[in-house]
Amino acid sequence: MEPIMEPLVRICRVRGAYPWTGMTTQLSHLNALESESIHIFREVAAEFEKPVLLFSGGKDSAVMLRLAEKAFWPAKIPFPLMHIDTGQNFPEALDYRDRRVAELGVKLIVASVQDSIDSGRVVEETGPKASRNRLQTTTLLDAITEHAFDAVFGGGRRDEEKARAKERVYSFRDEFGQWDPKNQRPELWNLYNGRHRKGEHIRIFPLSNWTELDVWHYVADDGVELPSIYYAHRREVFRRDGMLLAVTPFVTVMDGEEPEEMMVRFRTVGDASCTGAVESSASTVEQVILEVAASRLTERGETRADDRISEAGMEDRKREGYF
Amino acid sequence: MELLRFATAGSVDDGKSTLIGRLLLETKQIFEDQLEAVERTSRDKGFDYTNLALLTDGLRAEREQGITIDVAYRYFATPRRKFIIADTPGHIQYTRNMVTGASTADLALVLVDARKGVLEQSKRHAVIASLLQVKHLVLCVNKMDLVEFDEARFDEICEEFSDFAAKLDIDDLAFIPVSALLGDNVVTHSPNTPWYEGPTLLHHLEHVYIGSDRNLIDARFPVQYVVRPMSHDHHDYRGYAGQVASGMFRPGDEVLVLPSGFTTTIAGIDEYGGPVDQAYPPMSVNIRLAEELDVSRGDMFARPHNAPTVTQDVDAMICWFSERPLQAGQTYGVKHTTRTARARIQDLNYRLDVNSLHREDDHPALAMNDIGRISIRTTVPLFVDEYRRNRITGSFILIDEGTFETVGAGMILAASAG
Repeated sequence: MEPIMEPLVRICRVRGAYPWTGMTTQLSHLNALESESIHIFREVAAEFEKPVLLFSGGKDSAVMLRLAEKAFWPAKIPFPLMHIDTGQNFPEALDYRDRRVAELGVKLIVASVQDSIDSGRVVEETGPKASRNRLQTTTLLDAITEHAFDAVFGGGRRDEEKARAKERVYSFRDEFGQWDPKNQRPELWNLYNGRHRKGEHIRIFPLSNWTELDVWHYVADDGVELPSIYYAHRREVFRRDGMLLAVTPFVTVMDGEEPEEMMVRFRTVGDASCTGAVESSASTVEQVILEVAASRLTERGETRADDRISEAGMEDRKREGYF
Repeated sequence: MELLRFATAGSVDDGKSTLIGRLLLETKQIFEDQLEAVERTSRDKGFDYTNLALLTDGLRAEREQGITIDVAYRYFATPRRKFIIADTPGHIQYTRNMVTGASTADLALVLVDARKGVLEQSKRHAVIASLLQVKHLVLCVNKMDLVEFDEARFDEICEEFSDFAAKLDIDDLAFIPVSALLGDNVVTHSPNTPWYEGPTLLHHLEHVYIGSDRNLIDARFPVQYVVRPMSHDHHDYRGYAGQVASGMFRPGDEVLVLPSGFTTTIAGIDEYGGPVDQAYPPMSVNIRLAEELDVSRGDMFARPHNAPTVTQDVDAMICWFSERPLQAGQTYGVKHTTRTARARIQDLNYRLDVNSLHREDDHPALAMNDIGRISIRTTVPLFVDEYRRNRITGSFILIDEGTFETVGAGMILAASAG
C-alpha cells in the first residue's frame, strides 16, 4: 500500500508564518477552523437562552470542549455539559469526563439510558449483540425537553459519514426532535439562523468542517488531553463482524469467539458494546497521526457496529433525533 | 497549509458528483470501506461501472432519484492545500442550496456536458457565483470522452461561455476539458487531449492564488459577545469578543465604536491564554478598549476615517428562497453581521433574468429561486459596506417571522447614509 497524505503529517502550525509565500496575515487551516468554531460558540451563547454541550469524553467532544473553553476565556463556559450515559462506558472515558468537568468548573448533567429503561420509556434490546446505542436518542430527547434546552452542541463532523456531510452547522429540530434533511434552512456566510419556537431546538455542530486528521493534529498542536484508551495499550479483545470488541461486562462473548490479549487503541470512543478497537502500537499522538493518515478504512466503518446497519443507518437515526 | 473552499455546480446529470468522486478517489481520500459500499450498490442497481456519485449523494432520497438535493461537504488535502468542497445541487428547485454552498467559497467550479454545451443552468450558476463574489471560476467541460475529445467542440463551448461571462463580475476564469468518469485532466494530464496545454483541475485548485481575495484594508469588527468573567483573577476584565470581518487591528489603534460614535483606543487584543500583536480576518479574538464605553452585541468597531455606512436604507441584490413570494410592503427579520432587526421591503426594483441578464422591472414579486434588486428599510441602523468590497459587512439574510425560515440572501449594492 502506498503511503497517502504523508506530507500532511509534517504540517507546522505557526500562526501567520508561511515561509514560501512571505505572508504574515494568513491563518493556517487549523487556525481558521478553530476561529470558525469559536465564532459558532459565541453566536450560540449570545442568541440562545439555554444551550448545552454534549460531552461523552470522546476525542471530538474533547476538542469541542477545548474550543468552548477558548471561546469564553477568561470567563467560564457559560452553559452546562451533558453526558448521555448508556451505562456501558469505558472507565477511562468516565474518569476523563469527571476530571475535565472539575478543571473547568462547569456543571455536568448526566442523562441515563438506564433510567429511560427503568421508567419504561425504552425497551432494552436482547441477545448477545444487544446495544444501547439507539436507545440514547430517547434519553437525549427527554433530557432536552426536561431541561428546556434550546441549543445542543454536538461533536459531529461532516467527514464522518455521508448523511452528516449534508447537515448544516445549525441544524433545526422540530418538537419531536426530528431532522428533515430535505428541507434544511439555507445557511449563508457566517450568518446563522437560530430562530425556533418553544419546544423546538437547534443542534449545533462547531466541528462541522473538521476532519478526523484535523482533530488529531489539533490534539497534537494544542496538547489536548484525551482518555488513555485512544493510545495503544494491552487489552483483551475478540473478533466480531470484522471488528475487535473489548471484553467488558457489557458484551457477551459467543461460542466460537476467542478473546485474546492484543495491543490496541480506540479510534472512536462510544458505547462499549458497539465500539471496536484497532490493532495499534501508536502510543503517542504523533504515532496516532501517522496511523490515521495511512488508514484505508473510515473510523466509523472500522470501529462502529451501529453504522453497519444499512446504507442509510445514520440518516435514519438522525431523522429520529440521534446525535 | 492554506485552506481553499470551493463550490461545485452543474446541471442535472452533468456529472458533478462523479467529478468529486474522481477527485477524492485519485487523491486517495476514499477509504476502502466507502469504495466497497459504492461498488456493491452500483452492482445492486445494475450499473456497469462504479457510480462515484454514490459517494457524495448522502441522502436516501438522493440515491433513489439519482440527483443531488442538498449541499454535501467533502474534505480532502494534498501536500499543498486543504480543500473544503461544497457539492451543490444542479436542479433549479434546489438553487437555494447552491447559494448556501457558494456563499463561503473562494472558487466556483461549474460543469457543463460537452454534448449539451452551455445550458440555462450553467449560466444561472455563473450568475450566482458572480453575484456572491466568488472570485475564481472554473468551467469544466465534462464528458469529453463522449465527443471524441474534440478540440473544436471544447473551443466552441469556451467561446460561448466567455461571451456570457464577459457580462458578469468574474476576476478569473479558467476552462478545463475533462472526463470525470474516466479521469482525463482531473489529476493527471490526459493523452486524449494533446491540444490542451493548461493545468489539470487538481493542479489549478492547488495553485490558484487566493491570498489577495481578503479585504485587509477596511477595519471592521462586529461585536459578538461581551466576555466579563467577574472572577477573582479577572475582576475587571471586559473583552469584546468577535471575529475580524476585514482589515487589521492592533493594540494602540484608534477605533470608532458604532453606533455610539465614540472613539477610543485598543488597550489589548486577546486570544485564549493571552495577548496577541494583531488581529486579521478571520481571527476570533477579544478586543479590550482603553475606556469603559457602552458596547454590546451588534455594535461594530471601525476606524474614525474608514467607517462603514450607518443607515436604515439599503439597496441589495436578493436571492429568494421561499415558496411565498417576495413583494414590496412585506416585513421580515434581518440578520446582518451580529445585528438583528426587522426590515420592510420598500421596493422591488427589478427581477433579473439570469439567462439574458435582462432587468425585468415590471415584476410585482420574486418567486422561489428568483434573483432581483430590492430596497429595504430597517428598524435600526445597520453598519454596511458594499458586498463587492466586503463579503461580511455587505451581506444579510432575511428571516420569515411566521415560519422562522431563512427566506432570502442579500448582497448590498449601495447604502444611503442617514
